[in-house]
Amino acid sequence: MDRRTTIKWMLAVAAATQGIKLPARALGGASVGASDAVTVTHGYGTDPKLTQTYKPGDLWPLTFNSQQRSTAKVLCDLIIPADASSPSASDVGVVDFLDEWISAPYEQQRSDRTVVLEGLAWLDREVAKRHGAGKSFITLSHAKQTAICDDICFVDKAQPTFVGAAKFFARYRDLTAGGFYTTPQGRKDVRYVGNVPLPRFDGPPLEVLKKVGLA
Amino acid sequence: MPFIESTALDGQTYDVIVVGSGAGGGQTAYTLTLDGVRVLMLEAGRKYDPAIETPMFQTPDLAPLRSDSTPDKPFGFYDATIDGGWEVPGEPYVQSRTDAPGRFDWWRARMLGGRTNHWGRISLRNGPYDFKPRSRDGLGFDWPISYEEMAPYYDKVEMLIGVYGANDGLENTPNSSPGCLLPPPKPLVSDLLIADRSRKLGIPVIAGHRAVLTQPLDWKTIPAKLHPGNPSAQQILADAMKRRAACLWATPCGRGCSVSANYQSITVHLPPALASGKLDIVTDAMVHEITLDKAGRATGVNFVDKKSGQQRHAAARVVVLAASACESARILLNSKSSSFPNGLANSSGKVGKYLMDTVGSGVDGQIPLLEDLPPHNEDGASGLHMYTPWWLYKEASKLGFARGYHIEFGGGRGMPDVDTGAGLEWLTGGSYGQKFKEDVRRYYGSFVYFSGRGEMIPNERSYCEIDPVVKDKWGIPVLRFHWEWSEHETRQAAHMQKTFAQIIEAMGGRVRGGVEKDGAKAIHTGGSIIHEVGGAIMGADAKSSVTNKWCQTWDVANLFITDGAPFPSNADKNPTLTIMANAWRVADHILTRLRRKEI
Repeated sequence: MDRRTTIKWMLAVAAATQGIKLPARALGGASVGASDAVTVTHGYGTDPKLTQTYKPGDLWPLTFNSQQRSTAKVLCDLIIPADASSPSASDVGVVDFLDEWISAPYEQQRSDRTVVLEGLAWLDREVAKRHGAGKSFITLSHAKQTAICDDICFVDKAQPTFVGAAKFFARYRDLTAGGFYTTPQGRKDVRYVGNVPLPRFDGPPLEVLKKVGLA
Repeated sequence: MPFIESTALDGQTYDVIVVGSGAGGGQTAYTLTLDGVRVLMLEAGRKYDPAIETPMFQTPDLAPLRSDSTPDKPFGFYDATIDGGWEVPGEPYVQSRTDAPGRFDWWRARMLGGRTNHWGRISLRNGPYDFKPRSRDGLGFDWPISYEEMAPYYDKVEMLIGVYGANDGLENTPNSSPGCLLPPPKPLVSDLLIADRSRKLGIPVIAGHRAVLTQPLDWKTIPAKLHPGNPSAQQILADAMKRRAACLWATPCGRGCSVSANYQSITVHLPPALASGKLDIVTDAMVHEITLDKAGRATGVNFVDKKSGQQRHAAARVVVLAASACESARILLNSKSSSFPNGLANSSGKVGKYLMDTVGSGVDGQIPLLEDLPPHNEDGASGLHMYTPWWLYKEASKLGFARGYHIEFGGGRGMPDVDTGAGLEWLTGGSYGQKFKEDVRRYYGSFVYFSGRGEMIPNERSYCEIDPVVKDKWGIPVLRFHWEWSEHETRQAAHMQKTFAQIIEAMGGRVRGGVEKDGAKAIHTGGSIIHEVGGAIMGADAKSSVTNKWCQTWDVANLFITDGAPFPSNADKNPTLTIMANAWRVADHILTRLRRKEI
């Protein structure tokens, strides 16, 4: 293996300690309620059993309440909807993965917890602002949902008032993709064909070499 | 009964104690025991069995956080490392500076086999220049030995552990003797593209060298070459070699290997050493002090039995430290007495001095030519199939830095992980929905990375010492690190950045995130490449070095060091293969001296 993973982790830690974590005001002033406080717990430690199968909730308590969960589901399916090739993000357990992730007792995940919970709350506030009190993101039509997403889907092009929300959307999209492409359905979607024992390794087929101009 | 409890040591005196079970300790114990020497190995971590503990073929969705890195498992959940990382609970260390340019982060792996369980398996020989760097450019230190003295041991280690590669005959990139190397794996399409475009820039690309079995080892002929005149050792080694399977071309080497297709001390060095009947191992044994008799000879070591918390002593005629460079220095510095108030074997004042890591810097890029390729299996040997050795020896005077680097690179359609699909906005403009799915399909497999791995020149400001206050959870005083790069390193890092961007552009690609022109920002933090060596350097005289050419301490005749601590330089060749070759050379010397009853 190469060192990229580790370097990425080190950079992430450095970034987290340098204040990439979004302050509440960046998302419009909401604060995380007491019920959202992280339950003090430990991670899986330095000697976890590696050959065991783990599910979200096995190692630390989960976070989402029903409103957060519903909003999380709608948003991750806006990012990765079902199509002819593969199911939607929520179909393959991405909401559970997101909940596991933001509930984990590590620095990166604690930082993401703030971003995600604030961001989900921001969506409902933005909906109330645009469509009146009593409305929430999950009750909107698909067109109205995407209208909001269009405003926050790219940090570099977002209006100044939406930059904080756009940072949330970027992180949420990364996590949703991470959850989706690590499932069997996600691997199939990108046509990954490895992780099987082979009697020999033949290298790239001729058609591949032809396509890049090396044959 | 090879694995024993610490209580079984009472009243026993071994021929040799080896502290540590990784590359240096494993090779030392192997060489000594197969020639009949009775060895006690002390390992600070727990016993570990790769045959049943290795997560072969597990996918990220079966792990917490989709197996992503955490402070508990810095290389990801499935990494083989147990009780290790840059932070180990209960085992602090002190940094004199914590800013990136002045920090040294210390990696440890408290487990049987040490860091050989997870390492990259990259196995490059130092070349002739690398043993005499000061003679070439006036900087750092020469080794008190030459390439010619080390070469036979490189041959032996390559045959023993199994290294794939090819003999390309490039400058200061030595060929192996015939029959040493296994065939290299076929290149990936990204390797071939990188090779083609690099060569157009005058940058060579050749087969990588890694300790992975691309075919079964030749157990019929190698044992006789490695152990001439020793039929019992030949038989033991042949049996051990037969038990190792060839690579399955799947599942990352960093997880370890349950079929022993790659090198880990515990699957390659220790089984034959144990089969000899001459090796006892005590795990969970935290060595902190070398004991001496009145004549100033080492009598053994004191250690904490971590399972009981008890202090124990182990006795032997010879003590070999192979605890990793910094840990060996720590043991010496903590072995204080009225005769050695500054620590043992430290009359030169050089113990802990001249720590070196490897210069590291990297650039990623996206290559349109690699988009939307027909699906095919690119797991391969899970590490370098090809690489670039340092190619600018003739230009050294014009570069602004004295020493070279090699390039590790890669790409391809590897198993998707939690970052697949992340951070694509620079390519997608922030797509989501159906367009995002199409974008991920398009870009998956089209990224390449380049990592430079360069030589650091030892300096007076990069060292470790004992902190006067802080102790670990067993009460053992801990190390305090001091670190500083020179311009030879930072300029080299800037050169890496520029070069990697040129290659990416020559491939028609785009650099991700830009090129860092400031080498001081481009260089990875000290200790992050985990190639630390030095701290007890070997040399030609007792004033300027800690050991002689046999890695025997100048001050204590029956005390040797066979990890990276005696390295007087840290060539851009990654240290592990040289640690093993050197350990074999030193162990041969110990054998001779033991037979002559000189130690």
